[in-house]
Amino acid sequence: MTARRFDWDRILAVLLISPSILAIAIFVYAFIAWTGWASVLKWNDLLPLQALPQFPSLKVFPPKAPLAKSPGDWLPLDNYIRLIQSDQRFQKDLENTVVFTVLFIGACLVIGLLLATLLDQKIRGEGLFRGIYLFPMSVSFIVTGVAWRWVLTPGTPQSGAVGINLLFDKVGLGFLKNGWYTDPDIGIKAVVIAAAWQMAGYTMALYLAGLRGISEDLREAARVDGANEWQVFRHIILPLLQPVTLSAVIILGHISLKIFDLISSMTGPGAGFSTDVPAYYLFDTVFRGNHFARGAAIAIILLLMVSVLVIPYLIYSSRTEVEQ
Amino acid sequence: MTASRRVSRIVIYAILIVAAAFFLLPVYVLVVTSLKSYAEVNLATMWNPPTGFSLDSFREAWVGNAAKGTQGLANNFWNSIKLALPGTIISTFLGSINGYILAKWKFRGADVIFPLILFGMFIPYQSVLIPLVSLLQVWTREVAGDWITAVRAWEAIPLAITLGDFHIGLPWSIPLPAWLPPFIANYIPAYGTTGGLVLVHVVYGIPITTLIFRNYYVGVPNELVEAGKIDGTGFFGIYRYILMPLSIPAFVVVLIWQFTSIWNEFLFAVVIANKAEVQPMTVALNNLAGSFIVEWNVQMAGALVAALPTLLIYIILGRYFMRGLLAGALKG
Repeated sequence: MTARRFDWDRILAVLLISPSILAIAIFVYAFIAWTGWASVLKWNDLLPLQALPQFPSLKVFPPKAPLAKSPGDWLPLDNYIRLIQSDQRFQKDLENTVVFTVLFIGACLVIGLLLATLLDQKIRGEGLFRGIYLFPMSVSFIVTGVAWRWVLTPGTPQSGAVGINLLFDKVGLGFLKNGWYTDPDIGIKAVVIAAAWQMAGYTMALYLAGLRGISEDLREAARVDGANEWQVFRHIILPLLQPVTLSAVIILGHISLKIFDLISSMTGPGAGFSTDVPAYYLFDTVFRGNHFARGAAIAIILLLMVSVLVIPYLIYSSRTEVEQ
Repeated sequence: MTASRRVSRIVIYAILIVAAAFFLLPVYVLVVTSLKSYAEVNLATMWNPPTGFSLDSFREAWVGNAAKGTQGLANNFWNSIKLALPGTIISTFLGSINGYILAKWKFRGADVIFPLILFGMFIPYQSVLIPLVSLLQVWTREVAGDWITAVRAWEAIPLAITLGDFHIGLPWSIPLPAWLPPFIANYIPAYGTTGGLVLVHVVYGIPITTLIFRNYYVGVPNELVEAGKIDGTGFFGIYRYILMPLSIPAFVVVLIWQFTSIWNEFLFAVVIANKAEVQPMTVALNNLAGSFIVEWNVQMAGALVAALPTLLIYIILGRYFMRGLLAGALKG
């Protein structure tokens, strides 16, 4: 077809996809801009919400951001500066997020790669093992939190050891007993166990798919050249798995930066905010405390952290796709 | 098989079995605790199997306990079904149309718009939460609230229309069953209705569903589409008779993915479904677990009930579930 005729089908296509584009433009981009605007306002003291014991009804949620009329209403970076410089809860949250993210990604990558490598050794019952490792992915973080809260309940001096501590006692690993999430020194690290339980199988599946894509000839060639199994793994397999590791880090990282459900059902903010995270603080401060501007500033900080992780990846993968 | 090889095989299986034990540990606790009666739930024996077989915990988790004034999860279970089914179906079809257009009807700017849509998949939803709730509340107060009230007041569908002096049609009407008007009203997209949550899940589901379908349709040879065009088949014909039948596996993957995500979702549910009548399972379970008057055995039974639908899907359709997981990461 040389001369393109006026094509109704082409117009129809654009018309049909435009509601989705419009929805994303509003619900993602305009809302983010709105949150950014709210985060620079002096908007931290409106009517209190009708607090309910669990989660509040949001009936008196303010309809729109108050317009910045006088210079005092509009505080360019004050909310951010206050959060980062003098808000001890937020400082603890950031620390928790870093600890949680590093440990969580590390645990998932190590467990995932180990299990995938082992499962790739022509294992009898591979399907069963894979099924067991991966099933936690299908349940909600809320269910995970409820179950692990019970497993990691440390017990009190009156009740004696319970939960996993009791199990350690029984099998003679009593020295491993500790206070888990109730101990402020452990705090968020105990939540890593539950989170890794949920996502390590997923990482395993990613690695296994990657391993299955590496041809046996390549390994055979290295072996013929005199490489032992460790050298094959270290110099052939690992470098070829790098794209998988990158994907896994992006996916796990963006889950861990915005983790909320698991904290909510498993521990709450914890003693001395030892299990608190920015997403939980945001929820507390906006929906229970009416500090909208502070909540919006936390949201923007969260978004920036996730963007630093995700945007280079999106650009990178759309470039490689064009090249293909 | 040499001796060292045999040893390494044993080590491999040992590690795999220990790992399996770790993954099954919470399941054991869930099942064992939930099958115990209240009298038998004792912290010191929490790892012991139940001595009898009691479904009391499940009964209390499901219907509640009038003596303690606790609500069961039965209503929330149906709320989750009423939310997840329409949400899943609508977002799957929307994603499939979007994917079809982005793969086979590329328009100018499509290459820029696609990554912009994809970014919506990665944003922390906290960054849109305040405006989202705000907008839904204003919309409900100013507009949709009246619609909900009007629909709830329906009693019958009139078969007659009176226009001034003219009376057209029959003088009867079709009476509506009492449950129907509230049911329909609940699907009006608004703050605090199931329809509002469906809308939110459909919108924020656009990136992932579009991605999976687009990548699937890109793999379908363009010659098939061109052949359809030459035969005079139009936009919908090509979709309906060529691409849709080819993409049944993609449909299964996306349906499973969306159902699981919507069923398990918590953040939107907790801020938008503010009333007990629309609260999905995850929110109710979270509240149940946070309540001090509910015993462990009931909490565990509730958690099992909440996990069951997606777990069953995983067990029965595990293959497709895996593909959905990988599609999100490995992009085609």
